[in-house]
Amino acid sequence: MTDRVHVENTVSRRDFLKIAWGAAGALALVEAAGVGLSFFAPRIVEGEFGGGFEAGLVDSFPVGSVTPFTQGRFYLVRMSDGGFLALYRKCTHLGCAVPWNPAEGRFVCPCHASAFERDGTVINPPAPRPLDRFVVTIEDGMVKVDTGKAISRDKTSADDLVYAGGVA
Amino acid sequence: MTDPLDPRPEDLKQRVWESIQRDELPPRDDRGRMRVVMNNLVLHLHPSKVAKASLKFTYTWGLGGLALLLVMLLSLTGVMLMFVYTPSPDTAYQDMLSLQTEIRFGQFIRNVHHWSGNLLVIVAFLHMLRVFFTGGFRTPREFNWILGLSLLLLVIAANFTGYLLPWDQLAYWAVTVGSSLLSFVPLIGEGLRNFLLGGPEVSAATLTNFYGLHVAIIPLTLMGVISFHIWRVRKDGLSIPHRLDGSIDGATGHQIEKVTTLPHLVSRELAFALVMTGAILLWSVWVDAPLETAANPDHSPNPAKAAWYFMGLQELLLHFHPVFGAIVIPLLGLGMLAFLPYQRFDLSAEGVWFRSQKGRWMAYVGAITGIVGVPLLVLLDEYYLDLPGTFPNLPTAISNGWIPLAALLLMLITYYDGMKRFFKASACETRQSVFVLLVMSFIVLTVIGVAFRGEGMTLMAPWEVQ
Ligand code: HEM
Ligand code: FES
Repeated sequence: MTDRVHVENTVSRRDFLKIAWGAAGALALVEAAGVGLSFFAPRIVEGEFGGGFEAGLVDSFPVGSVTPFTQGRFYLVRMSDGGFLALYRKCTHLGCAVPWNPAEGRFVCPCHASAFERDGTVINPPAPRPLDRFVVTIEDGMVKVDTGKAISRDKTSADDLVYAGGVA
Repeated sequence: MTDPLDPRPEDLKQRVWESIQRDELPPRDDRGRMRVVMNNLVLHLHPSKVAKASLKFTYTWGLGGLALLLVMLLSLTGVMLMFVYTPSPDTAYQDMLSLQTEIRFGQFIRNVHHWSGNLLVIVAFLHMLRVFFTGGFRTPREFNWILGLSLLLLVIAANFTGYLLPWDQLAYWAVTVGSSLLSFVPLIGEGLRNFLLGGPEVSAATLTNFYGLHVAIIPLTLMGVISFHIWRVRKDGLSIPHRLDGSIDGATGHQIEKVTTLPHLVSRELAFALVMTGAILLWSVWVDAPLETAANPDHSPNPAKAAWYFMGLQELLLHFHPVFGAIVIPLLGLGMLAFLPYQRFDLSAEGVWFRSQKGRWMAYVGAITGIVGVPLLVLLDEYYLDLPGTFPNLPTAISNGWIPLAALLLMLITYYDGMKRFFKASACETRQSVFVLLVMSFIVLTVIGVAFRGEGMTLMAPWEVQ
């Protein structure tokens, strides 16, 4: 009797080997997936879109201007209060290149007619959220934009603006 | 004189022939014919005998075979194109131009590849409809239906990756728009898209990735799954066509009569394949595959449309929050398709077109409801309804997602219930009617997207769309 209880509480040699083989197999699969994922991961090329850009001196951007940077794929916007904002030109709907329409004073996407304010706010859907932005830094009067990572946001905010003097 | 221990003939020519072809050709009797099918690498995908009734052309419409023919034409012309095409943004478009101007028959070979690829999407879809309407997915063929679904997805993936390769404006923006659908998958979407494109935008890395997928990964997978699919057709046997009264179509009584595959099936296949090959070649002589100006990442054309088989999705996207238009609704549709063969099915309906007489009437109602209802809903949403504006305090995922989706599902349930009561129909017949309604809706959405959406994606008459 005690023998049987003993048997039920232990893993038989056969089961132990099954589990061990299964675990080793699963581990091998995970490793293979890891190798595959890293092998095929996107490669960032220095100096192309995805790197840092020196946009120009603060004073070369008049207040209220929108300056396109084709290489960097962003617009450098200077709001009426002097704050800087770098907007990724990719439409947040399905990724078309959004042109600035100076006559209407807004961005209008040619693909499905989404429209955005100067600061990226959606005026007209189907775009679900404001235009993404890039980090802007100002050093010694030089405006720099890091296109490494587009920051997506659900709402535009005054905190997104960067000012020449550090604070407004 | 023959050696009793070595019965091979002495004549060298005959010995060489027999070393290649194991059986006597031409075969003398039915046994010989069956042996040829069994022993031949290509023919053995077939059983050695088939039901005579299943040979009827208007049962299968030869659609599965046609899909296979197209895959063969695509492989042949695709490999030819690989010799004159380099997948790099600097060369791809130039290679397209030289295909059109320098390389002899370049335009023709490209046309055959282009049209076969597009036709394959249609043919695979029609084949799926044929299998659905004749109940060809019923036990023991459930899993072959699933294999078929994965073939449909693979065909679409092959088309989508191939679409980028010419690197013209059409290619660049269609892939930009199409791959953006992915980024709306919650949490991992953005990462998935970056991984596929090799970066945040369609670029040289994307072309490299898509080329590898298009010429190696997808075709190899496709061929593997096709072999599996056709092998299952052989093992399960093709379903047998029946008339409304339950008798076997093309036979007297209920006795299943079998005939040898060679020549009855093989000769039909060859004849059909020849006619279709002829038709495709002729079409490709006259109609050129489109090529626009070279890709320009700085300038999106207006309108920027996805490939035509994604237009139904794109139309949904104009009405729903992207997560719903691009992810939730398509996944619901796919899930319903995958679950279909595992639901109860009237046994008497297998092999009967549209299940029953009642089923036929209900299918008409479904089709007409789709043709009338979908344009009405599209117009309603375009001109009157502004859900995000009506509920300004709700996130758009609810006002333009959950709310319209719930409304649609409610309409579908009402339709299902109403039809079932009105016709006093079985679940199986009613489900078919809902299927017809949904398929017709998808087709109507695709037509609206292709023919009725012009500049700025606004609705307009087809002759105003350029
Ligand atoms: C590349 C795509 C495909 C190829 C090459 C292919 C090939 C074939 C062939 C040669 C047959 C034999 C009968 C016939 O011609 O109808 C067949 C039958 C069948 N196919 Fe496909 N097929 C493809 C896609 C699909 C799809 C998209 C589905 C459904 C989702 C599907 C489901 C089936 C089923 C269930 C049968 C058995 C039908 C019966 O016994 O009545 N196949 N297929
Ligand atoms: S991509 Fe800009 S509105 Fe659709």
